[in-house]
Amino acid sequence: MNKNDAGRTVFILRMIILILGAAMVIIGLLGGEYTVVFNKAVRICLECIGIG
Amino acid sequence: MHRDRIKASGSSQKVRSVIQVCSAVLFNGYLTGLKRGKIFTGKTKSFCVPVLNCYSCPAALGACPIGSLQAVLGSSGGRFPFYVLGSLMLFGVLLGRAVCGLLCPFGLIQDLLSKIPVKKISVPKKADRLLRYVKYLILAVFVILLPAFFRNDPGGSFPWFCKYICPAGTLEGGIPLMLLNPGLRDLAGPLFWWKVILLAAVLTAAVFIPRFFCRYLCPLGAFYSLFSGFSLVRMTVDKESCVVCGKCSGACPMSIDPVKQLSGAECILCGRCRDVCPVSAISLNLPQHSDGSKDRPLPGTGSGPSAF
Repeated sequence: MNKNDAGRTVFILRMIILILGAAMVIIGLLGGEYTVVFNKAVRICLECIGIG
Repeated sequence: MHRDRIKASGSSQKVRSVIQVCSAVLFNGYLTGLKRGKIFTGKTKSFCVPVLNCYSCPAALGACPIGSLQAVLGSSGGRFPFYVLGSLMLFGVLLGRAVCGLLCPFGLIQDLLSKIPVKKISVPKKADRLLRYVKYLILAVFVILLPAFFRNDPGGSFPWFCKYICPAGTLEGGIPLMLLNPGLRDLAGPLFWWKVILLAAVLTAAVFIPRFFCRYLCPLGAFYSLFSGFSLVRMTVDKESCVVCGKCSGACPMSIDPVKQLSGAECILCGRCRDVCPVSAISLNLPQHSDGSKDRPLPGTGSGPSAF
């Protein structure tokens, strides 16, 4: 694989990851996953501080 | 010219430190929490920050992505973490491990500790190579597999990494809350003291081995390292200009050889290698073009004074 091909492959993979990441964020938001994150983050996590 | 480079190197170190401090303040800007010993409960806690920053820190304004990943995987019903993984993928592909080198508050603490003037330990190459895999093991076992498949609670599973390992949680969440909240202090048992001992061990190790936690233990760094090959922020070395003096590898806090491994899985893009390069062969670059043509150095990088 020459340098141009390698660069193009990296560019395409980067775009795929960007689009996939954005799509996953949207799916997660629509599925209400942010509420799980929020509910965990607004209560003192007893495990995190070593008493859970 | 040499004096100019030393001057530029000093100023770039200052800029890097300013970015690290600003980032730590941005992610931990709820000062009222530090006064009252209570954590922030505003809407920004729905968002994952890109760094390892405990959401039980009284000053934290966002959610820790590693804690959130475990919380979603371990929630009742065991859903797939689309939102958290998607956020991490975006951070990974946009910034890569520059998050570790420039934004992480726990990285900043380790950088400060490594400034203590003691003789640094050079980890033997074979041991170093093996130890670097430990962070991937922690990511796979403690962050993903155990919370997802080991149901130990009627409501799901607890966050194994946070509970048994995370030194950032102890430093940013556990110790401040224990100091500020007498009610919690009474509940401290063997698990808390285990975590304090682990934190003390990690911080002591960071004095002698720069970025000890990032090198060997951090699951978030392990995740971002998977995206190092694709991240938009990259550093490159002009091998034609390189004089193979070895100064860059001597300055690297991750103890890698930047000439061979720049922007690789272990490179945290801190830019220290660029600061010490006598021939300005290392530069912070814009992403490659789709046709693979040569990267374009950012203004102020490569030759001349650097941005950070």
